[in-house]
Amino acid sequence: MAQTLFDKIWNEHVILDREDGQTLLYVDSHFLQDGSAPAFEMLRQRGVKPRVPERAFGTPDHYVPTDSRDLASIKDPEKRAMADALREDTAAAGIEFFGLNDPRQGIIHVVAPEQGMSRPGMLIVCGDSHTSTHGALGSLAFGIGASEVAHVLATQTLWQRKPRTMHVTLNGALHPGVTAKDIILALIAKISAAGATGYAVEYAGPAIDALSVEGRMTVCNMTIEAGGRAGMIAPDEATFAYLKGRPFAPTGADWDKAVAAWRALKSDPDAVFDREVVMDVGAIAPMVTWGNSPEEALPITGRLPQPADAATPEKREAMQRTMNYMGLQPGMALGDITIDRVFIGSCTNGRLEDLQSAAEVVRGRKVAAGVEAWVVPGSGPVKAEAEALGLDRVFKDAGFQWREAGCSMCLATNGDSLAAGQRSASTTNRNFVGRQGPGSRTHLMSPAMAAAAAVTGRLTDVRDLLGSR
Amino acid sequence: MEPFTKLTANALPVARPNVDTDQLLPARYLQKPRSAPFGDFLFRDLRFNADGSEKPDFVLNKPFYRDAKIVVAEENFACGSSREHAVWALYDYGVRAVIAPSLGDIFSSNAAKNGLLTIILPAPVVAGMIEALQAEPDLEVAVDLEAQTVSLPNGPAHLFEIDPYRKRLLLEGLDELGFTLTQLPAIEAFEKTYAG
Ligand code: SF4
Repeated sequence: MAQTLFDKIWNEHVILDREDGQTLLYVDSHFLQDGSAPAFEMLRQRGVKPRVPERAFGTPDHYVPTDSRDLASIKDPEKRAMADALREDTAAAGIEFFGLNDPRQGIIHVVAPEQGMSRPGMLIVCGDSHTSTHGALGSLAFGIGASEVAHVLATQTLWQRKPRTMHVTLNGALHPGVTAKDIILALIAKISAAGATGYAVEYAGPAIDALSVEGRMTVCNMTIEAGGRAGMIAPDEATFAYLKGRPFAPTGADWDKAVAAWRALKSDPDAVFDREVVMDVGAIAPMVTWGNSPEEALPITGRLPQPADAATPEKREAMQRTMNYMGLQPGMALGDITIDRVFIGSCTNGRLEDLQSAAEVVRGRKVAAGVEAWVVPGSGPVKAEAEALGLDRVFKDAGFQWREAGCSMCLATNGDSLAAGQRSASTTNRNFVGRQGPGSRTHLMSPAMAAAAAVTGRLTDVRDLLGSR
Repeated sequence: MEPFTKLTANALPVARPNVDTDQLLPARYLQKPRSAPFGDFLFRDLRFNADGSEKPDFVLNKPFYRDAKIVVAEENFACGSSREHAVWALYDYGVRAVIAPSLGDIFSSNAAKNGLLTIILPAPVVAGMIEALQAEPDLEVAVDLEAQTVSLPNGPAHLFEIDPYRKRLLLEGLDELGFTLTQLPAIEAFEKTYAG
């Protein structure tokens, strides 16, 4: 029978199927970050040790400071304990660990692909919902909860019910100034924040073929914002070129053997998916969100909706509540929204290509008066490569802060946050109420769009800046 | 883990869609150990002002809903992050069942492992329940896991589907890890022939 990419990877990892519909799957790689402490605690309580430590890897990201590399500089003892617990837990278990003073440290979803740890055909899990990122390399990767993290540590396996499959075909070509981030925001706006719930989503089509592997990671990363269990893309020549020579990638004859196997990892032409979605990326303009759900995204040329036009009284009330929280007026032009802060970073958009595209906009310009703008590279190597290209100078000359790698203001758990009522142009993935600190107002967008907002002080169509040079 | 069989209790109507896990349990509490009083952090920023005083308008602060053991919510409830703390917050508050037209995937699977039952019912049924609970806050909702039904007093029993595996975990208060550890021979056999 014809198989999807998802089926092929799933079947390779089945240990046993149970009559109640659950499958015990073997986990190739288990990624850990500094939110993993509760899972290690669960294991200790049971007196169970990690079973296959060589299949796990950890690096701290959520609680690390981004103004220094000094753990002692974390003043809150609970935060410091979180960042430090991972070091202790991995050391005790013999799990590979990149600590704060390791130049390879960074956001787990940036670090693992960058090191060649995420590869085609693998089954990857991590106690973090944005684990879907790794599917961009042709793996099946998804986020799990703390009990499941403990289960994987103890057994190297996970019980799962097979999700349904969705095929998203992206046709056409992106216009200049439009990026992978705009594709995924447009898709979520189209299918809704619950549109992919219960599905593993495979992205395909000419627009995916044309994306860099980094751009593909942005798309897979935000699949969870559409509710999807996993996002994935069949590996191709671009994937192989990306992986070749990375520290944890196979070498020599092993590499050739691996690539030969990876070439078979694609959906058969007549494979059937449970749902098909088709979108033309040529019709997409740079997107920004205005509300508190990623589905509340509009082209920058648009206006906020009118609650009065909402389908039901409840929807009208919900829309009004969102506008009140966001401090916005019904029907106002998105381009009239002024901002206080800019955040360029996160596992969605903290890779080199993202910083390059932002720097392209910033070069020779200045951060607008009254705006505080930050760049937080996704990993130590991203930071080093950007510095080798002189991007740090571009940002600093414009008035940006150039910081150390970590999750930072994406989730604000390390203390980097917006003040209540402040408004950000942010390259992150969630615009939830209070996500960037209590009372914070987040507008999601691409790195180029965030850069444009930084230099104008308002949400701005980056195409106007690119054209005017 | 406490088994779940039947429950008849007050229910909290959450009449908004896309209530994300950041609302259920703000990220600043993720650094707390499991022993912390997570029930106090449930809906923290919707429930309390910054100074700790209650927001009287928030539904959980209304007298009849305070001891709710069931949550009835609109679509895509508990979407977002994988934080199991969102389940702990509901559970520690006393909530044992969540009913919605759709739920965050990872949340549902976390819930089953902590004794919290999640129930999917059609959107019009849920909308009707929310309306009924708003009109009559002391209505008791009855949930029967064995029979897979939800009902309001004098109302029809709505059948729900549940993964047989999750049902068993909940009915028996089963520890999943303990069971898997009995399957170690199968895992080891798999590893012997596994090339990946
Ligand atoms: S960057 Fe943001 S979304 Fe990504 S892992 Fe860190 S906190 Fe989560």
